[in-house]
Amino acid sequence: MPKITYIEHNGKEHVVEAPVGQTVMEAAVKHAVPGIDADCGGACACATCHVYVDPEWLPKTGEASSMEQSMLDFANDVEDNSRLSCQIKLTSELDGLVVRLPKSQH
Amino acid sequence: MPTADRGPKHEVAVTTNEIKRIIIIGAGQAGGETAQRLRQAGFKGDITLIGEEPVAPYQRPPLSKAYLLGKLTMERLLLRPASMYAEENIAFLPSVKAVWIDRAGKKVRIEGGRELPYDALVLATGARPRRLPLVGADLDGVHLFRTAADADAIRPDFVAGKKLIVIGAGYIGLEVAAVARQLGLEVTVVETAVRPLARVTSPEVAGFFLDEHTRQGVRFVLGGQPALIKGKDRVTGVGLADGGELPADLVIAGIGVTPETTLAQHCGLAIDNGVVADAECRTSDPNIFAIGDCASRPMAHYENRIARLESVHNAVEGAKIVAGVLTGQKPHTVEAPWFWSDQYDLKLQIAGLFQGYDHVAFRGVMADRSFAAFYYKGDRLIAVDAVNRPGEYLGAKMLIQTGRSIPSNIIVDESKPMKELVASAR
Ligand SMILES: Cc1cc2nc3c(=O)[nH]c(=O)nc-3n(C[C@H](O)[C@H](O)[C@H](O)COP(=O)(O)OP(=O)(O)OC[C@H]3O[C@@H](n4cnc5c(N)ncnc54)[C@H](O)[C@@H]3O)c2cc1C
Ligand code: FES
Repeated sequence: MPKITYIEHNGKEHVVEAPVGQTVMEAAVKHAVPGIDADCGGACACATCHVYVDPEWLPKTGEASSMEQSMLDFANDVEDNSRLSCQIKLTSELDGLVVRLPKSQH
Repeated sequence: MPTADRGPKHEVAVTTNEIKRIIIIGAGQAGGETAQRLRQAGFKGDITLIGEEPVAPYQRPPLSKAYLLGKLTMERLLLRPASMYAEENIAFLPSVKAVWIDRAGKKVRIEGGRELPYDALVLATGARPRRLPLVGADLDGVHLFRTAADADAIRPDFVAGKKLIVIGAGYIGLEVAAVARQLGLEVTVVETAVRPLARVTSPEVAGFFLDEHTRQGVRFVLGGQPALIKGKDRVTGVGLADGGELPADLVIAGIGVTPETTLAQHCGLAIDNGVVADAECRTSDPNIFAIGDCASRPMAHYENRIARLESVHNAVEGAKIVAGVLTGQKPHTVEAPWFWSDQYDLKLQIAGLFQGYDHVAFRGVMADRSFAAFYYKGDRLIAVDAVNRPGEYLGAKMLIQTGRSIPSNIIVDESKPMKELVASAR
């Protein structure tokens, strides 16, 4: 199972293992990683699952769809490596993925 | 905090640090989130989560979408893995119904007679789907649509060629119709109003969805009055008041819900279209809170008008508010209401409350299947229905939340990006 490291804004790390096919958001929520609210449960309706993908991993996570990009336009503190974690599906390629969490989701 | 007008003497709210035992009745989205958020907020006392359904709290929205299509397992609907309740020291009681609230003694009685004491009680009992008030409504093949069990009962019949009649053209009815068409069923939607979505959106947006479903092969009987469900053991059709008859292998009723207020009523809490709650989600008893579909509360962005919302946003927000109040944390910033609906490849995203609008402005055109309808009351933006337009949705949501607006003649100008418009709004 792919391993993901979530780094909270305060630096605290959480390492989580989750099955291929789950999203980076689901893996966080199911393991109670704080800092990902995911109010809509992955319906791309809330933009409260914002993460920064470690630049090294960007080629493997691929790019945000135009739908997701339009949502990110209105999130706080958006960077070039911002993604909605409910839109990143885990693959075996993403084993070792590192994402950072923003200061707040609202 | 206690105020003089809150009733008899014993109804003085205990203060935050006196709260050692919290009971939550209803283990749906609102109840499940409350338990979790209380722990996240650092509450160390006892939490008991009482739920009538046999499963851990789960999300209902996918039931009429990806789950019904067979694309999601139950496992993935759960808010949290079932094992997490024990790990977080939350006493989760599945398949248990709360039957009585003793306000004076601050106890909840559950089926079987056991009584559980509380310092603070959260009602998160949700809503019940309305039953068809028709002869034959209890025949096999006639379904309500609220729970995972309902969806599971329907799935074996969701196969190509079967004749489905959906009664009621609200969001759930139309989502079910969309899934059925995608799976190859023959679908007829019967609606008593003259248009679909009559209570929840404008005639223009309703017309768009009517056209879309029609193009996808759904038949509509608008202004149709179902009079009885026909069949011997199993449904064979729906008889209409005008004498017409529609053949059916399967009937799904989506004619709205009623808030589940039985317990609240019996113990004398104020009820008015749901359990009446204030901005802190406190009911007329200061030690009892009510959240989610079962409660009505003041709408901060709409002159504190009292409304009862049926949405994930409302359920989650109630949980955040109550967890904040019960742990003495800084108050949660109330969001503008939001909702979504997925039908075919259309994503409808809604922010705000459109009731009372006096004009609507469109950005983009319906023919492109990508547009936003902005609702105004005077010069104030009060709501948006955005179809495949997430930027317009989030932008408008932000405006409503911060009490800003963009004049309707400017918001329609597609040469200006939504982000720019929102930045310049006042
Ligand atoms: C098919 C469907 C699709 C939906 N789609 C969307 C959508 O796309 N977007 C959106 O925002 N919202 C959607 N909703 C609405 C959303 O799911 C609800 O608003 C939300 O679930 C409300 O949460 P709740 O906890 O208040 O109520 P519920 O989820 O109904 O939970 C209440 C629970 O309390 C239990 N209960 C009641 N009385 C007792 C008792 N006495 N003792 C013990 N347990 C009790 C009930 O059995 C139930 O499990 C949809 C709803 C349905 C049914
Ligand atoms: S969980 Fe809501 S947008 Fe990702």
